[in-house]
Amino acid sequence: MKHPKEEELIAYHDGEAAGREVIATHLGDCPECQAELERIDALLAALNTIPVPDPGEDYGQRVWQQISPGLPQRRGHWWDFIFSEPKTVPWLSPRRWAAAGAIAALVLAAFIAGRLTRPNAPGTPAADQTKVRERILVMAVGEHLGRSEMVLVELANSGPETAGQKEVNISGEQRRAEDLVGENRLYRQTALEQGDTALAGVLDELERVLLDVAHSPQQVTPAQLEGIRQRIEARGILFKVRVVGKELQQREESGNAPASPNGSAKSERNKV
Amino acid sequence: MKRMRPSVETSIESDAIAVERTLAGDRDAFRILVERHSRNVYRLAYRMTGNQHDAEEVVQEAFLRAYQKLSQFASRANFGTWVYRIAANYAIDRMRQKKSEDSNRALPARETEDGAEMDLMSTVPDGAPSPERLAQSGQLASQMRRALSQLTPAERTAFVMRHWGGSGIEEIAEALKSSTSAAKNTVFRSVQKLRKALEPFVEQRGQARAMGTEL
Repeated sequence: MKHPKEEELIAYHDGEAAGREVIATHLGDCPECQAELERIDALLAALNTIPVPDPGEDYGQRVWQQISPGLPQRRGHWWDFIFSEPKTVPWLSPRRWAAAGAIAALVLAAFIAGRLTRPNAPGTPAADQTKVRERILVMAVGEHLGRSEMVLVELANSGPETAGQKEVNISGEQRRAEDLVGENRLYRQTALEQGDTALAGVLDELERVLLDVAHSPQQVTPAQLEGIRQRIEARGILFKVRVVGKELQQREESGNAPASPNGSAKSERNKV
Repeated sequence: MKRMRPSVETSIESDAIAVERTLAGDRDAFRILVERHSRNVYRLAYRMTGNQHDAEEVVQEAFLRAYQKLSQFASRANFGTWVYRIAANYAIDRMRQKKSEDSNRALPARETEDGAEMDLMSTVPDGAPSPERLAQSGQLASQMRRALSQLTPAERTAFVMRHWGGSGIEEIAEALKSSTSAAKNTVFRSVQKLRKALEPFVEQRGQARAMGTEL
């Protein structure tokens, strides 16, 4: 191989993967490039020695004192009591799951009610009810996607604690994935009933991934874990979940119904 | 299982709860986030701005903006990373503004073909002490600060985020509001400039250390 360029050696120092093996092989045979890399290492190591003044243990408190008078009071929402919990209760506690279940039941009830009271004339109170139902669904699906994303991100960040560890326990993620599968099915069916095929499609893919995790053994080998991770990555599901979650969030903030089937938001999602 | 380290995981979980409570109208919950993440954000801000006064202002502004935009955070997994990015965005805007004000007073700002700012390093008379004097007086640290201060805001941001913050190229591109290839170039340019400015001194220190004569 030709000598790597300076920028390739810097990228190599930064741990970039592209062409890494080729450069490593070259470095083994080329004292000149080895010396060049050592110079880059030495410079960056020297820069690491520049001290940053310690602002003090109480710095966070001082920042709070400085900014808190300028923070406007937020108005809470009626549903916040369902989601908020004392700080000592873990993020995904049984109580939170019960709350999520209650929301899911609420959504289902709202949709059944909606079906029984059809047809709706535009501009009537029934049409307003439809809007309210849609907002509840948007909010609940957004929460669901957030929780699903968290499980997948944790799996993506997990691994053996030591090099020699033979098995990794993913029982926590597995249980949460199991719970999410039921919810996911409900939202997918509701989206289908509404004719939102793009959302239903993403939820369908998410369901497959969640089922994959839920059906995995509680203890997996690093290779099995890598397999799960690769299947998650291959589907690009985290990206899709984030895009749809973002769109739902915008929808919730604007308080509007989903875009029309030919609308730009839906076409963007379909591209995903 | 190793999830992330337990303390990190616990911190992310409790961050998520604090965010929810803040959104629900409990303003004091935001205090937990400020107290937990201020020092980290300060380290980034100091490295980007190079002085305590500006760093403290960046930290305050970052948390104010985070509070205002908190509803946009809802589905994100890590508040620390999010506020770090807000601080980086604000710091680069602030540095650009300062540079522009300084340039108006001294020399006009110039831009390269790809829209990146050109630094004024080559046009400012070099009043740096000689390498010998620097090595003798042990002023390498101040020379490094000087070299960093002569990077453009975009280069300094890219360098700090990449080498001290461990950020990916996409994240840097987002902060610089540029393409990933331009961000990659900016990272490279920053290291190249630092090498040019500092390598003689770093090598000299290495030699002094090897000879046991480092001061």
